[in-house]
Amino acid sequence: MSQPTVSPPPPVAAASAGLGWLLRMAWRDSRRGRGRLLLFVAGVALGIAALVGINSFGDNLARSINEQARELLGADLVLSASQPFDSALVPALRQLSPVQSQEQAFGSLVQFPRVRGVRLAQVRGLSGGFPYYGAWDVRPAGAVAAYRAGRGALVDDVLLAQFGARVGDSVRVGRSGFLIVGRVLHTPGQSGLGSAVAPTVFIPGAAVAGTGLVQRGSRVQYRRYFRFAPGVDAAAKIKPFETRFDQANIDSDTVASRQQRTGRAFHDLTRYLGLVAFVALLLGCVGVASTVSLYVREKLAPVAVLRCLGASGRQALLIYLIQTAGLGLLGALLGAALGAGVQAVLPRVLGDFLPVAVRVGVSWPAIATGVGAGLGLAVLFALLPLLSIRRVAPLRVLRAAFEADTAAPDPLRGLVLALLAAGIFGFAYFQTREWKLALGFGAGLAAALGALAGLGWGLTWAVRRYFPGGWGYVWRQGLANLYRPQNQTLVLLTSIGLGTFLLATLYLTQGLLLGRVATADAGRQPNLVLYDIQPAQRAGVEALLAQHRLPVMQRVPIVTMRLAAINRQTVSALKKDTAGGKGIPAWILSREYRVTYRDTLSRTEKLKAGTLPRLGPGGVPYVSVDNGYFERAQLKLGDTLTFNVQGAPLLTVVGGTREVDWSRVQTNFLVLFPNGVLEGAPQFHVVLTRTPNTAALGAVQQALVREFPNVSALDLGLILQTVDDILSKISFVIRFMAGFSIATGLLVLASSVVVSRYQRTRESVLLRTLGASRRQILRITLVEYALLGLLAALAGIALAALAAWALAAWVFEASYAPNPLPLLGLAAGVAALTAAIGLFNSRDVLRRPPLEVLRAEG
Amino acid sequence: MSILKVENLTKAYPAAGGAPLTVLQSVSFEIGAGDTLAVVGPSGSGKTTLLGLCAGLDRATSGSVWLKGVPLDKLGEDQRAAVRNQYVGFIFQNFQLLPTLTALENVQVPLELRGEKGSAAPARALLERVGLGKRAHHYPAQLSGGEQQRVSLARAFANRPALLFADEPTGNLDPDTSETVVNLLFELNREAGTTLVLVTHDLELAARTQRTLRFRGGAVQEDYRNEPAGAPARA
Repeated sequence: MSQPTVSPPPPVAAASAGLGWLLRMAWRDSRRGRGRLLLFVAGVALGIAALVGINSFGDNLARSINEQARELLGADLVLSASQPFDSALVPALRQLSPVQSQEQAFGSLVQFPRVRGVRLAQVRGLSGGFPYYGAWDVRPAGAVAAYRAGRGALVDDVLLAQFGARVGDSVRVGRSGFLIVGRVLHTPGQSGLGSAVAPTVFIPGAAVAGTGLVQRGSRVQYRRYFRFAPGVDAAAKIKPFETRFDQANIDSDTVASRQQRTGRAFHDLTRYLGLVAFVALLLGCVGVASTVSLYVREKLAPVAVLRCLGASGRQALLIYLIQTAGLGLLGALLGAALGAGVQAVLPRVLGDFLPVAVRVGVSWPAIATGVGAGLGLAVLFALLPLLSIRRVAPLRVLRAAFEADTAAPDPLRGLVLALLAAGIFGFAYFQTREWKLALGFGAGLAAALGALAGLGWGLTWAVRRYFPGGWGYVWRQGLANLYRPQNQTLVLLTSIGLGTFLLATLYLTQGLLLGRVATADAGRQPNLVLYDIQPAQRAGVEALLAQHRLPVMQRVPIVTMRLAAINRQTVSALKKDTAGGKGIPAWILSREYRVTYRDTLSRTEKLKAGTLPRLGPGGVPYVSVDNGYFERAQLKLGDTLTFNVQGAPLLTVVGGTREVDWSRVQTNFLVLFPNGVLEGAPQFHVVLTRTPNTAALGAVQQALVREFPNVSALDLGLILQTVDDILSKISFVIRFMAGFSIATGLLVLASSVVVSRYQRTRESVLLRTLGASRRQILRITLVEYALLGLLAALAGIALAALAAWALAAWVFEASYAPNPLPLLGLAAGVAALTAAIGLFNSRDVLRRPPLEVLRAEG
Repeated sequence: MSILKVENLTKAYPAAGGAPLTVLQSVSFEIGAGDTLAVVGPSGSGKTTLLGLCAGLDRATSGSVWLKGVPLDKLGEDQRAAVRNQYVGFIFQNFQLLPTLTALENVQVPLELRGEKGSAAPARALLERVGLGKRAHHYPAQLSGGEQQRVSLARAFANRPALLFADEPTGNLDPDTSETVVNLLFELNREAGTTLVLVTHDLELAARTQRTLRFRGGAVQEDYRNEPAGAPARA
């Protein structure tokens, strides 16, 4: 046989159709799938909406904080101290600015005589024109002028609302009574939440002395507010005073520092909420992968035809990549538009937490980030199933059952997975700016997905391996659907399981936090703390408690002091070192220490190292410090701590450490002195008692206000309620964001079910043609989807229980006993929802004649 | 000049726990430009396997295929696709039209893949030629089986192929429709001067080609010319 003539040269270059043709083919091919892929678009859109919403809100909040920075502080500079300002310093302070206000702030029980209400409040005695920036939101409008004229008090709306008191009533603070001239809805620099925790009563500055509440040893915060001429740099202005301020323990706060601190706190908040939104996006992307995977299975035949006609594997892949990227882009744009709406709602959702009024506006960087991340991740997730397209053999046109082409392992798949992992980690880092958190997020997500996927594989294997052949037809058919070709077991278990995991984790964590606080109010623990009791008043207060048949459960003397030096190195020097990275936290150096003295440990303390507090050689006090404090302050036994006890230096030696259970309602202390040192120092006492009911509580508070007006009473029941309120608000915010994940999970579920509808319809129609009744088809569908939903939900809940247990054990160090009933309810709800979506999808098959359905499905 | 040359072509599949299953055994033949060849034989005799190998849709276990002088076994998957686009047309038993494309778009695809501009006009002309000018914008699901196969014919000739492979082109059609489609196939083939390789069970249809290869058990059992009847073919 002769060799053939070789003419023309071998045309081995790939077909030359360009981008235009690829775009055209992508458009043409999508014609029949657009409706079905719409749910995929919606899944991506929801995820991106959540992300764009929270990040836009974050940007808007940051901008608003910048714009309203002065209103945050209400002045250009605030100086604060726990002692009256040194008279030697006052003339110098006057030079800073002639426009200034003074304030004395302290906690005290206040009483509303008309309604007989008593509550601990923050009392602020103001003189001068503060606030200089921003305005009090006060009703009636003229109330501020009346207050400044010294005609009465302004009271937080929260406080008035609690007791049903109103403007025109009087409020009693210490020995003085004040006419309530206005209710305060908003004070510059204070969030709604701040008011809830510590509602404020503003009294005229000149009237503070008359209350009798400011005495030696009282815990009072002294503040001075300054207003500078426009353009004056506050930081530069106080620079020359820094050393003197340090020596006098005066803290300064400028507009810039407040702006930075508030900005950073809310930046962190929105970043973390962004992470919750990111989960929604990832769920949407899991949906993309599952939808595209089912879609690709349908496209194998047309791809083989294209390959047969001369399209390269790359061209075939690009057609479908363009298609999914186009849909992803559509989803991203819809998501961005929706996100712009979400960010307009978020200020209302977060209202109580916000220190400034957020000006809503479109944040293009947030939109670009959301669209970029959403599109990128959606395309990467879609690539996982799409990759197989480039390996579809044209031989499929002759042999439809040929499967060897896409079955072999694909090295590019590993690359896409690596890119995905990098993308997820990268974005988590971008959101949080913390390597550890981003790694933890990635690892946690991978573990959850891995566990759910493992469960999916295990389930299909187990059902196949231990198939209950003896069960009824409906059960066998429904169970077989879990492992037959084109089953959705893995996809649905992963997506529904992840959604349930998020929901259950939120629920369990909230329960954990509330449970932790609730134990404070349980059983025989103290529920009322009386403090600011002067030494001379102690016996009287205890006698008053006895009159009311209330026990004295604990009595503790407290001395306030500040840290002056560690190992004779001054705090100022240490602060500079810390700024250089030595790592003693600033709060250790700057805080006010409230210490007590005794030679024994309480029930909440355990000796960890060294000795109990004792007097050492030469009468030097050997103090005991909390173990965590000991580590953070980088101390060793034998180190010295010098304290400034209200002006007098006191050298101590670290003689031992204690492990303190801070969750118990006790007076707990970082630093414990021995007896025989502080007895002569200015001090106050704390007495803990337990009231059996609110009537007894009200009675003792009334008596306290009457007889010991300077003594404050902290009602732990009220604290518990406030914490509950705060947690409810926080969990509402998180639920709002997690709601996107749930909605996305449902969309993923719906889209998986809808995309697989064609095959399922054919099967169901075939069954009906062979004589299956509608009822049987309905029950088969019900068994399959209810089982899938139930297993996914149980898996998600089990993972959440594990996560909550880990949080309880390692983070909160609390006991963990979740109530199983709501969790079982959640599982039943998810299973019912899944089955309902499955049944809704099958409604056509049940309603219409088989042939009509087949024709309609094409 | 030979358009297609097949030399010692063998295709075997690995069988679980036994000797490989050989479905095509040392097949050799060649066919010149403009010739027509029928491949006949019972089911499982290797006809479709041969077609898949000749068109570069599959790889042989051993042996070679030259298509227009291009050794297919030396090319990668995408290069073979390019060769098909350049020189080959296909007609399948189950039509294999792209369901999401209209009739006109289906015919345009081979031209578009070549990067040719203005593919609509020749595609429309071909649809007119097969009698479907008025159905150009219908989707395959809106066409009858005969109409779909006529669109498939138009698509097969769109890239003016040197070689046309037809796999049971009338297998899914009723006799009357089959007659129309076969007449069209041979008319278009004659007009274009295309080499035709026709795989069929239908001996009457095979008899309309110039030459027949009869397969049995994966090997050529008989190779004969159809005109004049019974004349021996070249080896």
